[in-house]
Amino acid sequence: MSAAITLILSVWLIAALLVAAGVFTWVERRGLGFLQERLGPNRVGPFGFFQWIADTVKLLFKADEVPPGGDALTFRLAPALAATPVLVGFAVVAFAPGWTISALDIGVIFILAMLALTVYAMVLGAWASRNRYAMLGGLRAAAQMLSYEAFFGLSLMGVVMLAGSMNLGQIVAAQEGLWFVVQQPLGAALFTIAGIAAAHRLPFDLQESEQDLVAGFMTEYSGMGFALFFLGEYLAILLVSALAVTLFFGGWLGPFLPAPVWFGLKVGALALAFVWIRAVLPRPRYDQLVAFAWKWALPLALVNLLATGAVVVLGGAA
Amino acid sequence: MSWGLAIWASALALAAAALAVTRDSVVHALLLLLAALVALGVAFFALASPFAGAIQLLIYAGAVVAVFVFVIMTVEAGPEARARERALLAGAWRWPAVVAVAALVPMLIGLGGAEEGTPGGVGAAELGLLMFGEWAVATELVSLLLIAGLIGVRALSRKGRDGE
Repeated sequence: MSAAITLILSVWLIAALLVAAGVFTWVERRGLGFLQERLGPNRVGPFGFFQWIADTVKLLFKADEVPPGGDALTFRLAPALAATPVLVGFAVVAFAPGWTISALDIGVIFILAMLALTVYAMVLGAWASRNRYAMLGGLRAAAQMLSYEAFFGLSLMGVVMLAGSMNLGQIVAAQEGLWFVVQQPLGAALFTIAGIAAAHRLPFDLQESEQDLVAGFMTEYSGMGFALFFLGEYLAILLVSALAVTLFFGGWLGPFLPAPVWFGLKVGALALAFVWIRAVLPRPRYDQLVAFAWKWALPLALVNLLATGAVVVLGGAA
Repeated sequence: MSWGLAIWASALALAAAALAVTRDSVVHALLLLLAALVALGVAFFALASPFAGAIQLLIYAGAVVAVFVFVIMTVEAGPEARARERALLAGAWRWPAVVAVAALVPMLIGLGGAEEGTPGGVGAAELGLLMFGEWAVATELVSLLLIAGLIGVRALSRKGRDGE
């Protein structure tokens, strides 16, 4: 693929993702509305569909102020760090056979690295705000990220072992016949928990935790800074869903419909599951999450890895 | 592989590192250190070593600097503390600078004499074979360091608990 085509495809993909993230804000608000027996936004356009455009316009025109005593440069830079790495992470996602910007051989690790970089948005945004609630949120963000990052990577290494590759396209191709969620149920469960934490979503959004920290790390943000944090969150949901579909749910594989449609449908279903989980589960206490990550999830991920390794070596599979 | 991109990214990393050690604000310095590490990762990608590049981003940029930021954020120094620190550390940069130059000069000379080769890039599988085959003892020795760290953390956190 020539550089020019890659560039055009990248711009197209980014534009599509930004629209998808915008639409998803509407999906989430409507979905939460139904789950909580209320209506949600339903005034702008059919079923309130244009609400996300109205919100975007509002946020664009809102004043974007640096709090007194805050660090202006870092304050402005932090929201950009929330959305940019996630957008870069989509470069290695395989939407259909051959439909990928970069068929990187270590695609899985690349996505993990990009998701890990989003922690700086929260930590630096919190520090630059010079606000105690923000600071507490930022500290939680850093400690929480270190806690789940370890078993996040290990939970999906079972799949990598079975597929014999970290290339997202080859992992999907290896699931012809049987999805890895059947062979790796524990890995899939741990991945889901870590994925929710990686996307900074309820019930693991303790860095934001509006019941006790106002809005956590983003307390002082308004206008586009605020919007970029949410853009990063919604893009991360889509990226984690895409990764889960690729690793555990057979990627683009499926009967009758064309490959990219299957991929889109599966990602959409998982993204809706994110909304559903947010609506029904309470938030654990902060120390409970960190203790669970180190004392249960990490050892379980290691046991899963050991068992998978034994099966692969003894069974000669993959 | 792209030499142009690699050289550009390395220059960026060097500039960010130089700025990092000369900043007044520790958080700005950390931000620049982060930029330097990310640029280094990009250089690895440009030199056809995506595994090294991704690990650089995940471990160093993603995790190690995050721990630094975590600590630094909680001990942000005021103006008086900074002035006291500066008085204490006046001239302290000389010896590290000498060591850095002493290390850098042979490296640059060595680079000039290096053979023109294509960095093939070591894949994850080959790296695993090297680490747990030929260099297994060295790998285990390094892991001892991690155990020492773990024990240290345990000892420190126990000490804090006694007061409760």
